[in-house]
Amino acid sequence: MLIYDDELTTQILDAASAVLNRPRFELMEDLGTYLVSHPNTESLRRLLRFGGVTFVEFLHSLNELPDRARLAVSDLDLPELDLRDQAATEFSLTCKSSIAGAGHVFMGILRTMADDYGALVILEHLGVSKGGGTISISLVVTEFSEGRRFNLGVQL
Amino acid sequence: MGDQINMAELTVAQWGMTDMLDVICPMHLVLNKTGHIIHVGPTLEKIHSKSDWIGQRFLEVFVLQRPRSISSAKELHELESTKLHLRLRHPPETSLKGILVPGLIAGQMVVDLSFGISVVDAVREFSLTNTDFAPTDLTIEMLYLVEAKSAAMEASRKLNLRLRDSMIVAEEQAFTDTLTGLKNRRAFDFIMDRQIVARRSFGLMQIDLDFFKAVNDTLGHAAGDHVLQTASRIMIDETRDSDSVAPLGGDEFVIFFPDVTDPEVLRNIGQRIIFQLEVPIHFQEQVCQISASIGTVFRATESSSTAKQLFENVDIALYASKKMGRAQQTFFSEELKANAWDDRTLTAQ
Repeated sequence: MLIYDDELTTQILDAASAVLNRPRFELMEDLGTYLVSHPNTESLRRLLRFGGVTFVEFLHSLNELPDRARLAVSDLDLPELDLRDQAATEFSLTCKSSIAGAGHVFMGILRTMADDYGALVILEHLGVSKGGGTISISLVVTEFSEGRRFNLGVQL
Repeated sequence: MGDQINMAELTVAQWGMTDMLDVICPMHLVLNKTGHIIHVGPTLEKIHSKSDWIGQRFLEVFVLQRPRSISSAKELHELESTKLHLRLRHPPETSLKGILVPGLIAGQMVVDLSFGISVVDAVREFSLTNTDFAPTDLTIEMLYLVEAKSAAMEASRKLNLRLRDSMIVAEEQAFTDTLTGLKNRRAFDFIMDRQIVARRSFGLMQIDLDFFKAVNDTLGHAAGDHVLQTASRIMIDETRDSDSVAPLGGDEFVIFFPDVTDPEVLRNIGQRIIFQLEVPIHFQEQVCQISASIGTVFRATESSSTAKQLFENVDIALYASKKMGRAQQTFFSEELKANAWDDRTLTAQ
């Protein structure tokens, strides 16, 4: 809940990448997966599930995610997210952030949330341009598996 | 005949209306002229899982709390367009807010309900999902905010605890006499209280240096000071870094052992301390010979003893060691306490 310099985040990611001997973008994707799958951060996964009943609804809710986050914590600045419908089952998500590679974190988040909803998707990181990192999302099957349960009510 | 056609049309229209209401007000009820429930919205269906509400009187299912208690359908009709405070008559007696408006057929009434502030409990109680609320209803957003705020608060609370712990560590360092490594009594009590509150299992030891007075009296204060310093060092050396040694005044010390789960650990440390203290201490051509009596309390996690009780108990154990001829360690037990009472009563007499 403390605000650190962006530079510190970058240094920690680089250091972790050096120690673990793994590319930084891989670590960032794992970080995204961790954020929405580990019991430690279950509240985050729940908050994202509030975004919609289906995976497509969830995708559409991403545009308002930074505003939603600000309602809870006023000085929390999430990366700017821009979800576009390319076709009924084709989407793209552009993620603009001062931290290089933030899009890879969203790769992890999207992959895990698709599992959570029981949807089968193919994700591809299209690389970083001036507007930020862009991910292409192809929805193969909406109801591929049971997914994880989501009850509105939770023991607070 | 004409009447019947008319009725049928209205019924069709009415069904169209309830279909519409099911979507935009999924928590509505339709009541007939006599105040009986004739239709239940889909979200309310989830709530009456045990008993069918259709055909029951509205006032049998709900208790009207405000604006006033009523009992007849006629009085119900008079409540049109006022805000109603209700609760389910049967457990879980959920509170609801409602509004009553005239239905499409003369005499019928439509009641729309909402959980109001009890919605957080209600979604849990009735396992409601996003689809149980109209898309225009802000309930989901409200639940989102409640959870988001709770999550933020929890993160903030954890951070506060972490900061407080760092503060305590910093304070502990300030509480420690860097020359001797001894803690002051305030720090000692503070550390012990934290473990008591956290219901941890720990050990408390009180140590009295035997024959110290003789050293002080025959060899002088300087020798006495040297012995105290040596004894302090021995106690610090024989204990873990996380243990706290504090002087209790004169030739007495207390040692706190956080997170000890096996009393044998305490027994071994006590024995080592006595053994080391009995090694003759040299001071300017003189040899000082002391020993120690120790009282020890082991507190298991399930114990509810207070700090005061623990200090009383450790004192009883120390007293027993001295009575049995010094240079030994005694563990506190309830039996010991009973005997100690007898002893002291006898002495008093």
